[in-house]
Amino acid sequence: MKVNVYVTLKPGVLDPQGKAIHHALEGLGFGGVADVRAGRFIELDVADGTSDADLEAMCAKLLANTVIENYRIERP
Amino acid sequence: MKTAVIVFPGSNCDRDMAVALEQVTGRAPAMVWHRDTDLPDGTDFIALPGGFSYGDYLRSGAMAARSPILRAVADAARRGVPVLGICNGFQVLTEAQLLPGALMRNAGLNFVCRTVPLKVENSQSLFTASYNAGETINIPVAHHDGNYFADAATLDRIEGEGRVAFRYADSVNGSARAIAGVLNDAGNVLGMMPHPERAIDRAHGGTDGLRLFEAALGVLA
Repeated sequence: MKVNVYVTLKPGVLDPQGKAIHHALEGLGFGGVADVRAGRFIELDVADGTSDADLEAMCAKLLANTVIENYRIERP
Repeated sequence: MKTAVIVFPGSNCDRDMAVALEQVTGRAPAMVWHRDTDLPDGTDFIALPGGFSYGDYLRSGAMAARSPILRAVADAARRGVPVLGICNGFQVLTEAQLLPGALMRNAGLNFVCRTVPLKVENSQSLFTASYNAGETINIPVAHHDGNYFADAATLDRIEGEGRVAFRYADSVNGSARAIAGVLNDAGNVLGMMPHPERAIDRAHGGTDGLRLFEAALGVLA
């Protein structure tokens, strides 16, 4: 079973990489971009029937640093 | 004094740390591999060195914080054994939740590598007792992810408890409240981005780092 995990910086946490990407987009002539936030996408191939609790624990214990990041789990 | 340096794949300041510890204690530290599950018996000082453990995969320090030896380090820290994390070692200590906050990409996105002035904020800790509060010392930094972040409540709390050991006197990496080094609540764990082990010999260009080791290792000059 493929599970997608999206790790993103919490709102309010400065994202210098997102800002640099934003500037680069503007440099390429793409106007009208209000903001860019960069995150991480992790694809897990887990055993069928892996519990939500286990997936939550994987995110909270390792995949995201919950001091600065939020995560979202997307199951098929 | 029995000291130990934890070595991860990708550590690159472990030997500099060993030189500093041996210079001050007269005894070479144990070099403890990340897969080990125990520290040598009687270890009474632990150093987590700088470098790029596990290639900074996932987040700086994230993998190292989950390595087998970190359980032993956390147990020792809870027993009150002094633990010093420098640079990547600081990142590992925050990832292991032995220190509050997180270290993010430098605000300027550049790798910063130069000697910077630091203001000593707390001169009462076991690591900083050889400095004077408010004194400015010069210590090299070399990092890409040194931008200290914690939420406002945490920052207020650690400042109120005197747990900010050092602050940058200049703008370096965008750290919240210019924090360069943080103590745990018991005061026996210090994490800092600057490298005191690179300032222990006149040939380094300065010896301001030496006093940290002298204080922490109980050989106050």
